Amino acid sequence: MTEQRRIKVLVCKPGLDGHDRGAKVIARALRDAGMEVIYTGLHQTPDDIVNTVIQEDPDAVMLSLLSGSHNALCPVIMERLKKHGIDDVLISVGGIIPDEDKPKLEKLGFSGFYGPGTELKEIVEFVKSNLKR
Amino acid sequence: MTETQKKDEAKTQSKKRQKRFNNLSDIEIKELYTPEDIKDFSPSMDLGEPGKYPFTRGVYPSMYRGQFWTMRQFAGLGTAEQTNERYKFLIDHGNTGLSVAFSLHTIYGYEASDDRSLGEVGKEGVAIDTLKDMEILFDGIDLSKISTSMTINAPAAILLAMYIVVAEKQGHTPDMLRGTIQNDILKEYIAQKSWIFPPEPSMRLIIDTIEYCTQYVPQWYTISISGYHIREAGSTAIQELAFTLADGFAYVEAAMERGLKVDDFAPRLSFFFNAHNNFFEEICKYRVARRIWAKRMKNKYGATKPESMRLRFHTQTAGVSLTAQEPENNIVRVALQGLAAVLGGTQSLHTNSFDEALCLPTENAVKIALRTQQIIAHESGVADTVDPLAGSYYIEWLTNKMEEEAENYFEKIKELGGVIPAIRANFFQKEIANASYKYQKEIENNERTIVAVNQYRQRDACSTEILKIDESVAETQVKKLNDLKKERKNDKVKEKLEEITEAAKGSENLMPYIIDAVREYASIGEIMAALKDVFGTYVEDSIF
Repeated sequence: MTEQRRIKVLVCKPGLDGHDRGAKVIARALRDAGMEVIYTGLHQTPDDIVNTVIQEDPDAVMLSLLSGSHNALCPVIMERLKKHGIDDVLISVGGIIPDEDKPKLEKLGFSGFYGPGTELKEIVEFVKSNLKR
Repeated sequence: MTETQKKDEAKTQSKKRQKRFNNLSDIEIKELYTPEDIKDFSPSMDLGEPGKYPFTRGVYPSMYRGQFWTMRQFAGLGTAEQTNERYKFLIDHGNTGLSVAFSLHTIYGYEASDDRSLGEVGKEGVAIDTLKDMEILFDGIDLSKISTSMTINAPAAILLAMYIVVAEKQGHTPDMLRGTIQNDILKEYIAQKSWIFPPEPSMRLIIDTIEYCTQYVPQWYTISISGYHIREAGSTAIQELAFTLADGFAYVEAAMERGLKVDDFAPRLSFFFNAHNNFFEEICKYRVARRIWAKRMKNKYGATKPESMRLRFHTQTAGVSLTAQEPENNIVRVALQGLAAVLGGTQSLHTNSFDEALCLPTENAVKIALRTQQIIAHESGVADTVDPLAGSYYIEWLTNKMEEEAENYFEKIKELGGVIPAIRANFFQKEIANASYKYQKEIENNERTIVAVNQYRQRDACSTEILKIDESVAETQVKKLNDLKKERKNDKVKEKLEEITEAAKGSENLMPYIIDAVREYASIGEIMAALKDVFGTYVEDSIF
């Protein structure tokens, strides 16, 4: 990737969870760090997310879940992304993800797992250094 | 000033911990407050006596000397059976009111079996689909004796209808029921985001419930006008205060437009505020909220009964202030926040459990949270006299300052054409997003300290016990719903749902139609779908 191209990030809120303070703060921090950020808004189904990924072709997708629905939703989202041949996009998940759930999600291809109290610069750094393309 | 004096002065200044001291609403706080700061202060005009206009000192003459605030712990998890058990546990430990947290699928009016409910059933609250679940939820709990608060908004009318029918089956008439439905849709568009319909039909449904309760369920609080979620979404204390009161005025105006008399419905409006970290700022927020409300109700809306001018409120400590790092420290945060709520004259209080930045609270964490309230009540002595902080130069100055700032917001909202046009212009949403980003930046720049997060941080693994909701809850709930659909009279259900759709097209009060459908075990999802046919759904702009 050349220095000139801006990193493009899709920030998503899957499921019915309305806690969007963190997602919005992260979206803004990534934008302030010079990235192009698209925020999907709330209540995204797995299909909504996959469609947006296909249309926007982001370098990274950041899912934010605080309702405890990650174990049910994340596998479906990943499966559908793979079905569409999307395998060069950094897919991360944050919010409230208990430690014991992380290995399973990691195995599926998720990373990040940023929870309450994470510094924004840590997240910005993470995106910059873990891109797959 | 001599050179030496100047040097001394400079030395003292340089010794200050911070360049600038500002509270969470970014109001600059001076080193010292003196009589000069409240020159025009008039105890009789600005405070009045407790229990009297403008109610700054509290809504009752003797406040907690008569009885303590209601200790109302919000709870709901998994199935109706599980939550029923938790309620009985809470009642046994001295909880004096119930407060129902609903599953997200219930909040959004989907059936448990809907695709959209995937992963959400019973995770953040109790899963309710039909009257059957509500019968189980309150099994063995006498609804004529307890007061119940239900945190439900878009489908509030349906849950209220279910509560009325459960009580009816227990042999109680609606006029005996005491409780609250949150029923505050405006703050959903502003902050919590669990809307379903567009604002206008949503307002109609709310005024329908107000009208119905005024006539048939007179002891019910028809709405809990909420700043809590506005604050949790990242607003400042002043935004919480101003936006919540603005929502309140919008409901009053809508009810008056329906032709209701202000003194008939206003006594049953209630409020719900947050208790965040800045101790005095929070106390002043509650005091000034009462004063602003009383003044407007009297002067602008022509209320004549004192009950119509009295702002009664529930408080919950700030979930957003809880840290995942060293979660035990949250017990201390909650104690300070709870104390602020009590010194601010709250009518009921929920203290958060220390593990809530990680999961739904465990039983042990809930017990400590309740004990925190009991310690404030019984051991600290703060409840022995009314509004003990009145007359403090700082408190009265800050109370006045917050009123001034709130009035500025009311002006801006008015310029935008009122609350609903301001929502459509994303005014509130942008204000909150800006405030929340600013707060986060202050923490990251170490301008604000959060203990064990940006200072004194140890990188130990968290060892707190986590409550997990069994993934089988969803399966159980779907099965229950499917079984019920085989047993109930489906032709009757269909007829009642069609009647709802038909009535929604006109302007009749929808409550009686909803009660009829609920009685036939129509699900919340089915009733919401019947209304969506007429009302449509809302889509928000994704701003950040």
